[in-house]
Amino acid sequence: MEGSVGYDNDLNLKATELRLGLPGTEPVSIVRRNKRSLQQVADDDCGVNGCKSDDQNETAPPPPKAQIVGWPPIRSYRKNNIQTKKNESEGGGIYVKVSMDGAPYLRKIDLKVYSGYPELLQAIENMFKFTIGEYSEREGYKGSDYAPTYEDKDGDWMLVGDVPWEMFITSCKRLRIMKGSEARGLGRGV
Amino acid sequence: MQKKTAYSFPDEILEHVFSFIQSDKDRNAASVVCKSWYEIERWCRRKVFVGNCYAVSPTMVIRRFPDIRSIELKGKPHFADFNLVPDGWGGYVLPWISKMAGAYPWLEEIRLKRMVVTDESLELVAKSFTNLQVLVLFSCEGFSTDGLAAIAAGCKNLRELDLRDSEVDDLSGHWLNHFPDTYTSLVSLNISCLGSDDVSFSALERLVGRCPNLRRLLLNREVPLDKIANLLSRAPQLIEFGTGTYAAELRSDVYSNLVEAFCNCKELKSLSGFWDAVPAYLPVIYSVCSRLTSLNLSYAPIQNPDLTKLVSQCPSLQRMLVLDYIEDSGLEVLASSCKDLQELRVFPSDPFGEEPNVSLTEKGLVAVSSGCPKLQSVLYFCRQMSNAALVTIAQNCPNFTRFRLCLLDPKIADYRTLQPLDVGFGAIVEHCKDLRRLSLSGLLTDCVFEYIGMHAKKLEMLSVAFAGESDLALHHVLSGCESLRKLEIMNCPFGDKALLANAAKLETMRSLWMSSCSVSLGACKMLGQKMPRLNIEVMDEKGPPDSRAESDPVDKLYIYRSVAGPRFDMPPFVWTMDEDFASELS
Repeated sequence: MEGSVGYDNDLNLKATELRLGLPGTEPVSIVRRNKRSLQQVADDDCGVNGCKSDDQNETAPPPPKAQIVGWPPIRSYRKNNIQTKKNESEGGGIYVKVSMDGAPYLRKIDLKVYSGYPELLQAIENMFKFTIGEYSEREGYKGSDYAPTYEDKDGDWMLVGDVPWEMFITSCKRLRIMKGSEARGLGRGV
Repeated sequence: MQKKTAYSFPDEILEHVFSFIQSDKDRNAASVVCKSWYEIERWCRRKVFVGNCYAVSPTMVIRRFPDIRSIELKGKPHFADFNLVPDGWGGYVLPWISKMAGAYPWLEEIRLKRMVVTDESLELVAKSFTNLQVLVLFSCEGFSTDGLAAIAAGCKNLRELDLRDSEVDDLSGHWLNHFPDTYTSLVSLNISCLGSDDVSFSALERLVGRCPNLRRLLLNREVPLDKIANLLSRAPQLIEFGTGTYAAELRSDVYSNLVEAFCNCKELKSLSGFWDAVPAYLPVIYSVCSRLTSLNLSYAPIQNPDLTKLVSQCPSLQRMLVLDYIEDSGLEVLASSCKDLQELRVFPSDPFGEEPNVSLTEKGLVAVSSGCPKLQSVLYFCRQMSNAALVTIAQNCPNFTRFRLCLLDPKIADYRTLQPLDVGFGAIVEHCKDLRRLSLSGLLTDCVFEYIGMHAKKLEMLSVAFAGESDLALHHVLSGCESLRKLEIMNCPFGDKALLANAAKLETMRSLWMSSCSVSLGACKMLGQKMPRLNIEVMDEKGPPDSRAESDPVDKLYIYRSVAGPRFDMPPFVWTMDEDFASELS
């Protein structure tokens, strides 16, 4: 098991994951820093040094509609309002709050920019400057005092990683990094 | 306190005269007439507005103005609304509350915008300001219903609690119970941003029932439609009301209760909410429509003909917010029915869809500009525009003060001529001499910026994205727009030249934001060294700037004037460029 969360081996989520692009190609991740979306608009008059393009993405097939961060200038709560009506959420973000027990400030992230659990957990680790333990289906997160949990549409608190990624992002209402015994209580053993 | 001469008025007279001067600009002008006026004025100033919480320190404010009763603070840059400012950037209110707690025990009003407010801050507010009457948290975040409970319990004189557009962590709906039974002074309550667990309805009902002066009540989405009638019957004196979810199965008892409830609200002038609205229940507000001056349907998925029919019944409308379901046809009806219209905002129902889902084009806006002579403020999202339309709009509405056009494809040309939209926006700035705020979009060259620099002399705020071709564009704006206070730019090919050539201009502005442009690290450092009264903040999530070349463009740049020096609460991805920057890193 490599890395702090050896997801792919344990859960074999990649097989169940829906993604853009042809089979056999790597899924394209749309992340904040990705300027690749400008390729679509930056044919000619982008000026000197106008547009950075991320080298690694030049070889990947572009998604049907690249979402530019900050455009159109609509506030998150309006975007979320539109989201709840669409069945197929191709555009728009899924913004959820992330809190960590003991940390004073809440964060907010867009689940759509991550292509899977490893990326999401890495981002949360960076955001709050801590390490999540290793995940196993049977025992939950081991190796640290923290466990990432989320509240689903039914109001139940679940361990992040229990369900396939696509199901997770459509049912996750908010995230909470639980600390201590509460976290261990959500571990496996059922 | 000051030298008396034969020709000076006693302090008390001057103080009395100053009490009639409300505007900050006028007070500031009076304070520089002479030392004695400065002294008298600072002791009797009661209201302070701080447009950038980092431009000055709380200590400095308190030192100059010892007896403030009302404070307004703004934190994050405007583009934070569109997720361009990473979390953790700053804008914390706690340092301000801590200092003011000791200095301003009689503080009555706190208004915050885009700031991080924690429960600890709110608890401190409740404890320190027993006379607090107004608390407005506009687009704030970082607090939970626990903090609200502290406010409810502690602020016995609270008249106004407004949480508009804030992000609140919902822990318990029972915070409303913390308003004591003896508390009856509520006048305005806006909880429209709260989530599902945040409001105990029975507590709300009791609160509304015992506050006879309640004039403004904006509910959150979770309040069901069948509870509204009961609530309204307890507050028939409301002037402004925001519903919760406006969807329910059609039931005749619910329907008739609502009709009666709205009918009894004889002073109702403003309606909002209408989440998930269904057409069946729209007619219950018909009795109010003729009086309505403000209507916000921007969360309502209502389409034509129901939407147009509703609008046609509101001849007194001054302010209209709606989704693009209204279409050009609905806007034409608006134009012919609502001659008092001053503000129009049209939001996209499907901003990320590839194909248009509604027939809303430039024609709708042209119709409104033609039919509504008092139109002053526009926010319009659409998918196509032409220079001809913009010229017509400009000629129809020389009184525009705010004009924001957002084309969903940010670099789209005039759909008829395939030309850039320079001429159209040029007409706007040329004809609308009082224009204070402008947002551009569409295919735009350096030309439009030349027009803006030449004509937009009253322009205070300019928002630019995906526009221009060279530094000349930025130079036109910085050198020409005399009244410019806030400039925010994303994804434009603007680099160092214009910025360095107009460095002095930046000290006359509140702030400049540039993201995904071409300003080099070297230029930022140079500005930081040359301009000690500017904070040059470079944001980059990839790593510290010292690891990169001087010529590398910075990801995000935020420049603002400050008399407080660089701030010290920056997250790891923000660096201040000042004289110490180079030595700090070595």
